[in-house]
This record gives sequence, C-alpha cells and structure tokens, in this order.
Amino acid sequence: MTGEPLLSINNITKAYPGVVANSDVSFQIQPGEVHALLGENGAGKSTLVKMIYGLVRPDSGSMTFRGAAYAPPEPRVARSTGVAMVFQHFSLFEALNVAENIALGMENPPPQRDLAKRIREVSEAYGLPLDPDRLVGDLSAGERQRVEIIRCLLQDPKLLIMDEPTSVLTPQEVEILFHTLRKLAAEGTSILYISHKLEEIRALCDEATILRLGKVVGKCTPRDTSAAEMAELMVGKSLATPARDNAELGEVILKVAGLSVEPSNPFGTPLRHVGIELRAGEVLGIGGVAGNGQDELLAALSGEVTTPPGTITLNKTPIGDKGPNERREMGILCAPEERLGHAAAPDMSLVENALLTARQRKNLADSGFVNWGATRAYAEKVIADFDVRTPGPDNVARSLSGGNLQKFVIGREILQDPTVLVVNQPTWGVDASAAADIRQAILDLAQKGAGVIVISQDLDELLEVSDNFAALNEGRLSNVRTTRDLTMETIGLMLGGAHDMHDLDEEAIHAEA
Amino acid sequence: MMGIDPITLIVALITVSTPVLLAAIGELVVEKTGVLNLGVEGMMITGAVMGFVVAVNTGSPTLGFLAGMASGMALSLIFGVLTQMLLSNQVATGLALTLFGLGLSALLGVGYPGSTPPPVSDPFPAAMAEIPVIGPILFGHSLIIYLSVLLVAAVWYVLGYTKVGLIIRAVGENHDAAHALGYKVIRIRLMAIMFGGACAGLGGAFLSVVRVQNWVDGMTAGAGWIALALVVFASWKPWRALLGAYLFGGVTALQLRLQAAGINIPVEILAMSPYVITIIVLVIMSSDKSRTALNAPAALGKVFHATG
Repeated sequence: MTGEPLLSINNITKAYPGVVANSDVSFQIQPGEVHALLGENGAGKSTLVKMIYGLVRPDSGSMTFRGAAYAPPEPRVARSTGVAMVFQHFSLFEALNVAENIALGMENPPPQRDLAKRIREVSEAYGLPLDPDRLVGDLSAGERQRVEIIRCLLQDPKLLIMDEPTSVLTPQEVEILFHTLRKLAAEGTSILYISHKLEEIRALCDEATILRLGKVVGKCTPRDTSAAEMAELMVGKSLATPARDNAELGEVILKVAGLSVEPSNPFGTPLRHVGIELRAGEVLGIGGVAGNGQDELLAALSGEVTTPPGTITLNKTPIGDKGPNERREMGILCAPEERLGHAAAPDMSLVENALLTARQRKNLADSGFVNWGATRAYAEKVIADFDVRTPGPDNVARSLSGGNLQKFVIGREILQDPTVLVVNQPTWGVDASAAADIRQAILDLAQKGAGVIVISQDLDELLEVSDNFAALNEGRLSNVRTTRDLTMETIGLMLGGAHDMHDLDEEAIHAEA
Repeated sequence: MMGIDPITLIVALITVSTPVLLAAIGELVVEKTGVLNLGVEGMMITGAVMGFVVAVNTGSPTLGFLAGMASGMALSLIFGVLTQMLLSNQVATGLALTLFGLGLSALLGVGYPGSTPPPVSDPFPAAMAEIPVIGPILFGHSLIIYLSVLLVAAVWYVLGYTKVGLIIRAVGENHDAAHALGYKVIRIRLMAIMFGGACAGLGGAFLSVVRVQNWVDGMTAGAGWIALALVVFASWKPWRALLGAYLFGGVTALQLRLQAAGINIPVEILAMSPYVITIIVLVIMSSDKSRTALNAPAALGKVFHATG
C-alpha cells in the first residue's frame, strides 16, 4: 500500500502533570488497513486515541486525515470527519434502549422508527443480531459491544477505533467480531485496533505500532512476527509463564450446594442452584462473560449476601448465614473485581485498607483499639512481598495504578494464609508482567494447600492457573471439567455459545408464528 | 359533608396545588440530569418574596412573576456554580441554599406583610367562568395555572420524545458516557438547574401574589420539600407529579374547609393530613422497586469531574 495514508500522526507529544503520556509519537494508517496499537497499561495508547477522537488535545505535533490537517477540538468534529470509536468501558446508558443509545452517538439521528429499521438492516448486513427496542441494561457484554459498533457503522466511518474490544467477549463472540472487522476492512474502512492480546493481533491486524512508556518502540507486521518477539518489545523484557508442580488435591474444604441468590439491583443476575466442591490445593476456574452472576457469586461466598446456613459449608461447618467478618475469621477471604470502592476504600491509605480485611486474622485490633504499628508493618509487608509500586503505605488507594492496587489487594488476602481464597477478575486491567506475578502468587497459595476459586473472563488466564474449570452462564454453573482436557471450542460452548443458538432458535419460532 | 361545595373545592384544589406542581416539575427536570437540588424550598420562598415585592411596587403581576422566576434562577445559579464547577457536595449545598433562601426572604420582605398585590386578570372572559360546574373549574383561573399544566405536558413530551430529552436522560443516567460521546455535561446540568430555579421561583411568586395575596414569613411552609418528595415518589414521571401535586392540594383544600366547618378532629391532625396522605399514596404507587429503579436517574447526586 503506497497511496496517501488515511491518518498520519506526526510527532505527537502529550504530558500530564508528572507523567509524559505520549512522547514524539508518529505512525500512519492506510485506507482499508487494520492497524494494531500495542502496549502495556500506561503505555499511552488510550491518551493517543483520545487525541485522535478529539477528547484530549496534544501539546505538540500534528495529525493529517486524508491529506488535510486534522485537529478535532471535540468528538463531534471527529465524528463528522469520519472517525468513530468503540470504547473499552462501554459508553452506554443502561436505562435507555438500544435505539436511544445509538441516537445519542449520532449527529443527526433520524426519527426512532426509521432508526430502528436502519439498525436492523446494518445489524443483519454485518452479522450482529440486535433488537433496537431492548434496554441496554438487559444485554450481555457482547451485545452491548454490538450496540457500540452499530452506532459507529451507522455513521459510515473512514476510521474505526476499537479500544480493547475483546476483553469481555466469549471466543465465539470474538470470532463474530473479527468476521465483522475483516468485512469492514475489505470495504475500505481502516481500523485502529488497540489490544495487548498478541494472538488476536496476529490473527487480525496488517500492521502494528508498539508503544512503551509513551514512546514508539517498534513497528512490525504481526503475521510475520512471533508473539514472543512482540511481547518483548511491549514489555521490554521476556516474561516467565507462571507454573507449579503438579499437586495432589486434598479433602473437600468448601462445599456449596443449591445456592440461589436474588440480585440486589435490577440489572443483576439471579444465581440458580449453584453447586461447588473445592478441594484443598485446588484452583477452580470459573469462566463466564460479565453479568452472568459473577458478582452475586462472590457476594454469596464472601458473606455480603447471606443464604440459608446449609448452602455453604466450610470443613463441614455450615456458614451460609455468616457475615464477611465471621467468614474471614474462619479462613474464607475474597478479592472482588471492583478495586476502587469494593476491594479497597479509594480515599483511605494503604495502611487503613490493610486493616479493613486483615483485622481478624492478623490481630490488628485489640478490644476495640487499633494496633497501628502492627497494621503499618503488615501493609509494608504486602507492599514489599508483592512489589507494589507506591511511595509508601500512607498513600491513598486511589493514587495507585490499577495493576499496583490489584497487587496490593491480592497480596493483602494471600498473606493472611486463607483456607479458601475467592478472587474475581484478578488481572483485569493489569499489565502483563504484574498479571504473571499475581497468577504465580495464586498458584503458590494453592501449592501450600489452600483452595482457590478464580472467577475470570480471561480464558487464557483460567487455562493457565486452574486445575478444574466451570462456566457461569445466566446464574447457573456448568459441570466442573478438568482444565487439561478442554479446548477453546468446548469452553466457548460452555460459556453460552450454545445458549445464543438457543435464543436464535426461539426467535426463529417467534418469526414463524 | 356539611357545607362543602365540591366545585369550589376543586377550584381551590387547583390553586393550592399549582405552587407545588411548578416546583416539582422544575426539580424533576433537574433530577433527570442527575443533579439533586435540595434548595427548592429556598428558591420558592425567594421567588415568593421577590414576586410579591415587585408586583406591589410596580403594580404589575406579570413583572412580579418574572421577578420571582429571575430570583429563583439566580439562587439556583449559586447552587449550580458551587456543585457543578467547584464540585461541592450537592446535598449540603442544597440544604444551605434552603436556609439561605429562608433568611434572605425574611430580610427582603420586611415591611411588606399586609400589603395588597395588584389583582391578576384571568385569560378567559368572565362569562365563560359562569358556565355552571365546568365554568369555574376550567375557565376561572389565572394564566399561570394553565401554564403549569402546559409545562407538565411539555416536559413529558420533551423528555420522552425529543433529542433534547434523550440527552437530558443520558446525562442523568451516566455522565461519564455522555461526556465520552462529546456532550457538555456541566452546561446541560447548569441549564436544567436554572430551569428548576425559575420554576420554583414562579411557584413561589404564584403563592404570594395569587393564592395568598400577602407576604408572610416562611409562607411556603414546606411546599418545596413536598415538591422534592413528589418527584421521587412520582418515579420521575411528569403526569404522576401532577397527580401527586393535585392530591396534595386537594387534601389541603379539604382539610381547610373541614377546619372551617368545625369538624370534631384536632386541627393538628387535619393540618398534617395533606403531607401524610400524599406521601402514603405515592409510596404505594412507587412500591414496585424494580420499575422505579429503572426510571431513577442512575447518576443522581453524583459528582461529575471530567477527566481526559
């Protein structure tokens, strides 16, 4: 491809107080090209695309779009120029329906009825089934992403920016997405694809630009480059894969039987007759797309939601009616998904956050008085053992980057020597080297005889750490399978690929009727 | 019941309800954009005193209404700047605004109790108001009352069926997403806050100039708080807010007549009955939690700070 580039980024620099997000970044995207922007968290990918989309303005440097100078002051201008973006954290409104959500992202939306018709047309043309009248709050993550994509496609973009689009999708949904993106590229739309998943980039992208610490550190053609080479460019060093010796599994320590929980908010998913048997030394992976009952399962296991006593037993003691503090004393510790606000109090220091969950097991408070010396020592131990990058334990949780806070949260629980540890999305938004450390720590804990439940949407992660695997789908837990015998295909079906087909069948029946 | 004429009761009901209705419909729009302004009472009473003072001094009720709106809007703008630009806490700021409005109105109103405001002319000819039964109910009111019902209809239509309404709901539902799409969250919220202030101020001016035709310290007597409660219990639906306001006005008008008729119920119980009955009825109406949650603006009362 030698013609004029569609978008050309020239020497862009953007600094925030204390950090240079982008330094002298340049690259080009050709028409019809799928261009990967690859890098760890904090490498400056998001800032860069926000500048292309007009949400942030560069300090210096310039951009040209189809040969003309391009400096969008706001997203509206970017959209009218032909740049559309699908966000990492969906920019959707749960209480509005699909058509309303799409109308909000358009410059001149047609009346609702015409819009609904166009949504149906586009969604059929690109193989993305979607009902314009449904509330977004009732949709799965994959369907929500379709809403965003269709919102972009209705504006006929020349450049489609996708920020980490596959992190919440099942393998089947990823296939559908890639099919759509290839079709778009073949029609001449350029795609800027942001990810740190190397295999995806190798499967999809024509060219790649690799960022590290705000600088372009390399460019490559993903098809001709191995994943290991790209990872080294991205991280700056080679990564060790987490591993452990094959362990014997012990007695059943945690037993969940017939667990049903009603959700606490209108868009939650009820749990239906969930049964789990967790053995000492076992890592049980629970896969599933977000919103299938993960939060409810964690809440039931941690004691935030109580259930009849017999539904959960720890070493044969019924504990379903016990609250979080009692369960902590007995050895069930949890690390929820939402770091700020659930796992950690954002405006409290790390010392205070250490106290919040470690008080009982580490004896940090005595007859109502906090032993701050011991608490500080414990926070410092977590920081040291888990390589948490922070100026000190008195910094507030909010000031840490996502990966560092996650290391602190996981470390705080693991160092309390739990009998059972439940973690939800342990490496969500964490960069590759920190993720590897966290996974290794989980394996080490299991090696010492604890039972670990890892709830995650990242299937590669579950395959890497877990002995056994089960899928959570619409609040029901599938049968437990040994991880070794699983293929991506089977997992996909367990996660709801089969379920989607069931839905389609139903629709077909309705259509006939 | 002895000597209570249903027609005059309905006429009184509509008049009594209108200040609450105006304040509630304004606050409904404010809350739909995700802002909780607890200063309704303060804006109402400031509107009442300013409307009254201007109407008495100029002899023009219209100028009085405009002054009421302007003063409510000015007060709401203080709230808007503090909460939207300086990111202060909405609950504390709103409460402060109410206290400020009550004090300010007492100061501005010194010397005015007992003054007579100019009479307000009705839009329909007197002959129409003399038609039996429907005449006084439909044609015997001041323009503001018709305006308040039109306003409810307009808010219902705009929120439900227009792009502007969609943007208002979107901002109240998820301000970060709205910002990411390029909508000016703060500007939209400031405009809604000012609309709410103008409505509350107009409601106050109507109360002093038309309904009571006098200025009394603290004369709103919690109507602003009832308006706030109406918005929540009406599940943020304009027609339900109208229903709630008319219910409140109806029980108020009825209990005043019962008091006058000397019925054998303690006055205190009669006086609190409108508040109690309105809240009980609306609680029952909004008891379906999941449906109410769907209509509630998810970002209500949350501080929005644009990043990136």
